[in-house]
Amino acid sequence: MTSSLPWLALFLPLASALIILIATRPMATLSAAISVAAVLCSFVCACVVFVRHISSAPAISWIDLGPTFQVPLGLTLDPLSRSMLFMVTGVGALIHIYSLGYMRDDAGKSRYFAGLSLFMFAVLGIVLANNFVMMFIFWELVGISSWLLIGHWFERPAAADAAKKAFITNRIGDFGFMLGILMVWWATGSLGFGGIAANMNRLTSHPVYLTITALLVFCGAVGKSAQFPLHVWLPDAMEGPTPVSALIHAATMVAAGVYMLVRVGFLIGPSANALTTIAWIGTITAVLAALMATQQDDIKRILAYSTLSQLGYMVMAVGLASGNAAMFHLFTHAAFKALLFLGAGSIIFMLHHEQDIWKMGGLAKRLPLTCLTFLIGTLALIGFPGTSGFFSKDAILALAFTRNLPIFICGSFTALLTAFYMTRLVVLVFFGSPRSQEAARSGESPAVMVVPLVLLAIPALLGGYAIFARHLLVLPNEKSPIVIVPAVAFGALFLGVVSAFLLYRKRTTEPLRIGLFRDRFYLDQLYAFLIRWTQGLLASLSSFIDRWILDGAIVRGLSGGTWGSGFLLRLLQVGNLQAYGFLFGLGIIGLIYFTVFR
Amino acid sequence: MLLFIVFAPLVTALLVLLGAPARLTSLLGAGATLLATLVAFVSYNVARGGYQFVTAWPISANAGLSFSLGADGLSLVMLLLAALVLLCAIWFTPAIEKSERLFYACLFFVAAGAIGAFASLDLFFFYAFHELALIPTFLLIGIWGTGNRFGAAWKVTIYLALGSFVLLIGLLLLYRSVPVDARSFDLRALQAAANAGAISASAQKQIFLLLLIGFGVLISLFPFHSWAPEAYASAPAPAAMLHAGVLKKFGLYGLLRIALPMLPLGARHWSSLLLVLLLGNIIYVGLVTIAQKRLDWMLGYSSVMHMGYILLGVASANLIGVNGAAVLMFAHGISIALLFAIAGEIRRRTGTLALSELGGFGKMMPFAGFTFGVATFAAIGLPGFANFAGEIMIFFGAFRVGAAWNGFHIFQIATVLALWGVVMSAVYMLRAYRAIFMGAPNEQWTMLPDLAKTLRAPVILLIAATVIVGFWPEGLLRVLRPTFSSGVGQSRASHSEAATTDAR
Repeated sequence: MTSSLPWLALFLPLASALIILIATRPMATLSAAISVAAVLCSFVCACVVFVRHISSAPAISWIDLGPTFQVPLGLTLDPLSRSMLFMVTGVGALIHIYSLGYMRDDAGKSRYFAGLSLFMFAVLGIVLANNFVMMFIFWELVGISSWLLIGHWFERPAAADAAKKAFITNRIGDFGFMLGILMVWWATGSLGFGGIAANMNRLTSHPVYLTITALLVFCGAVGKSAQFPLHVWLPDAMEGPTPVSALIHAATMVAAGVYMLVRVGFLIGPSANALTTIAWIGTITAVLAALMATQQDDIKRILAYSTLSQLGYMVMAVGLASGNAAMFHLFTHAAFKALLFLGAGSIIFMLHHEQDIWKMGGLAKRLPLTCLTFLIGTLALIGFPGTSGFFSKDAILALAFTRNLPIFICGSFTALLTAFYMTRLVVLVFFGSPRSQEAARSGESPAVMVVPLVLLAIPALLGGYAIFARHLLVLPNEKSPIVIVPAVAFGALFLGVVSAFLLYRKRTTEPLRIGLFRDRFYLDQLYAFLIRWTQGLLASLSSFIDRWILDGAIVRGLSGGTWGSGFLLRLLQVGNLQAYGFLFGLGIIGLIYFTVFR
Repeated sequence: MLLFIVFAPLVTALLVLLGAPARLTSLLGAGATLLATLVAFVSYNVARGGYQFVTAWPISANAGLSFSLGADGLSLVMLLLAALVLLCAIWFTPAIEKSERLFYACLFFVAAGAIGAFASLDLFFFYAFHELALIPTFLLIGIWGTGNRFGAAWKVTIYLALGSFVLLIGLLLLYRSVPVDARSFDLRALQAAANAGAISASAQKQIFLLLLIGFGVLISLFPFHSWAPEAYASAPAPAAMLHAGVLKKFGLYGLLRIALPMLPLGARHWSSLLLVLLLGNIIYVGLVTIAQKRLDWMLGYSSVMHMGYILLGVASANLIGVNGAAVLMFAHGISIALLFAIAGEIRRRTGTLALSELGGFGKMMPFAGFTFGVATFAAIGLPGFANFAGEIMIFFGAFRVGAAWNGFHIFQIATVLALWGVVMSAVYMLRAYRAIFMGAPNEQWTMLPDLAKTLRAPVILLIAATVIVGFWPEGLLRVLRPTFSSGVGQSRASHSEAATTDAR
């Protein structure tokens, strides 16, 4: 069925951002209301699109230069994008509402909500795009809205630096992505996903070209989904307001990379080498990030590393050639990770922006609802049997077990680490006795913040059961071949929970200090070092050459040396504009005369 | 119509010099120019294509010289850019203490030079109009500049004069390369002669090189670029807006109008050289830009760097790349004008543009912060702004030149390197934005006023232009398409196809 409703869902948030920018900036409350209304309307549109199975929408032409180069703006509406539309607007709406509470007294409230709306527009565009250029357009728009929101508190140097770092790191990924798009287009002559899929035989007959292309496209996902080695921006992005972390850096933006990989599965699938590389990048990210998470002290950073690690699982699933398993985990993760971030936000809000878990403790009594929902999120994240995360993680592990045993082992180890660091977090934050004044005095968050928590807890708990999930997704048919996969997963979980519980019960300081994990394997330092000694050095060198050799020696030398004895130097010394202009004009007239009239 | 567009700035300049109220007359004159240009732009008959609004006064029949004006899609896009930036530059002119009238008149002369060149159908006037802009540029920098203004003024003038001298030799050789009975300064006649194969291959190679160097100096093609950053750093903001935004496009316009369509063999012969030089603009100058510690120098270098992308579109010489180059010329003119405008306002308040001394301005100057942010993202090619539309066409155009699709060729390698430049521009622009507008305010600058309300309209006008084209590039492509499908596109499409068959 054709309808313009998807376009409406896409453009309502943009309209809201523009209205706030142009008209309602000084009226923060009104701005917030407009933004929330826009996302709710988008959500309603998405529901209608979803329920009525709207499968096509009108398309327009953006750039049309004849048959060689046409960029249409059109929408893909298949079960995958309809479900994503539903999920993104749904989670987005809850986070908008939550923000009403969290950002109530913020000075830049209008700017914040305009940024959120712009972000919704961008991410919905990625979900709906039907060709590579359009996807790239929204891909970059996600980058800019993320820059705006991470840098919301731009007076803080850390936030300003984090915003810049996120944008530039993403740009590096986009460099590869754009190159991949160019190569696909060069080979198939098409930009639309449909057209490329139809011409895939041109690519599959050149396996090396195909592998390079697929990996370059994957670069885009490495940036956006924060995979190793471009993962460094995501933890720093926690400098943004917490609802932003929940929306962008847990549920939607970082999922965009995985979604894109699934969307272009037809391109990546035929290359076995590309798939293997992708699977291993995902695995490395999952393990490294989980190791780093075990040693962090900032509640949001722990969740950020956990996000990296879970994204690693999704990318691993893509690499194991099961887009369905990746999407399943993406959906359950969106629910439980948004829940966890919002729960963390609720704690941070009530503790007056205290984020250090060593200064919390005993909060179960102070914030009972937050605690309860946070526990549900934690159980889902660690894959406790019966929660949503159990089903989706089990699907990926089963996949790994049948297709690639080393990856299965790494995946199970990551599951152990996940259980370990989340138990550490929960024990230190909610149990024991308060370790700071703020923690001792805090109360429960306002209803506008708690209600989204409760609403997110429902899918986090139940979203994995096939009776609910199959309406949204094609569930992976990879059933555990034997009980060994769930058994190993549960064993890992049990080990992680028990060891962390025993280790961190009644602690007031960190008993294990592992510098390697605390300092993120020194990767940030390594990158800083590399940048300084490559880009920095080259830049200084080029600047020196430009200033002193190219400009200094050659230009001045030419004017002063070769021509020096001639008329130019004398003119310079005379410094007389008229004389100079006159002579020059005379020369020109002479020249013209000789060429034209002789 | 064109006659009005060309002479309105000149007449306004004279009126201002003769004693009409400077600012009011200037605004009216620039506004009328823009209005007329818009009318011409809208009323251009796309279906008919070719040069329209043609007027001609023969001067010397036997030399084929006449004062003739005409505009096709490419000229119209450039005229629109010139008129738009002229109005905004005039509007952005602060109170001038010394010889206010002369200042305005100089701005108009610079603009008139560019406008006249874009509208000329005659090689001689094409050149002469550009020369008209050189002396006022010298005065603008020398009298009202900052820093080492005398040095900069001399340097830019001598550099540009030498460039135009080489250009002149090239143009005259071009004129003479046609058989005597067909000689004419008329661009249409020259093009017809070139299409008929009147210009020999060796002459094409020779002349193209001269034009490349001559135009190249004016474009600030590497390694002839070192005049640009210094000139823009020293020039008063309105002059930098006009020069970097509009006048610098004259060289690119010349390449697209004359060198490429009339000398296709020359262009093909020198395309590797051009690629190497333009990569010098993108990669080498990009690195130099990263190393800059002052905003004005950084912007100057960034404008040099972005010329590399436009030249990449020119070098690709196919329909996609050339259209992209034209769109990016327009887009870059707008974004660099915006950046220089706001940088100039900051300098007026602080007296310095050293990045280390600024900081936290977003809080005190939210409007400047917002608009500079918009210009920053436009300049680094974010979608939604015109620059993105141009750049993406250039990349697609350049990537498909030459080799068969599964073999790599110098153009593909150049495209890859040029794409890396996009990362570099994000690095330096965002670093500058971070240093100026974000972070904690330096205690020195706690009470700076935001942009005056009266100065906001031109900023919004420029932003509107880049956003409209960004969302709807068809607005420019509509008029560009007929130009390039019959001119550069055709003669050069056969070239790239020939190259493709060669490679196979």
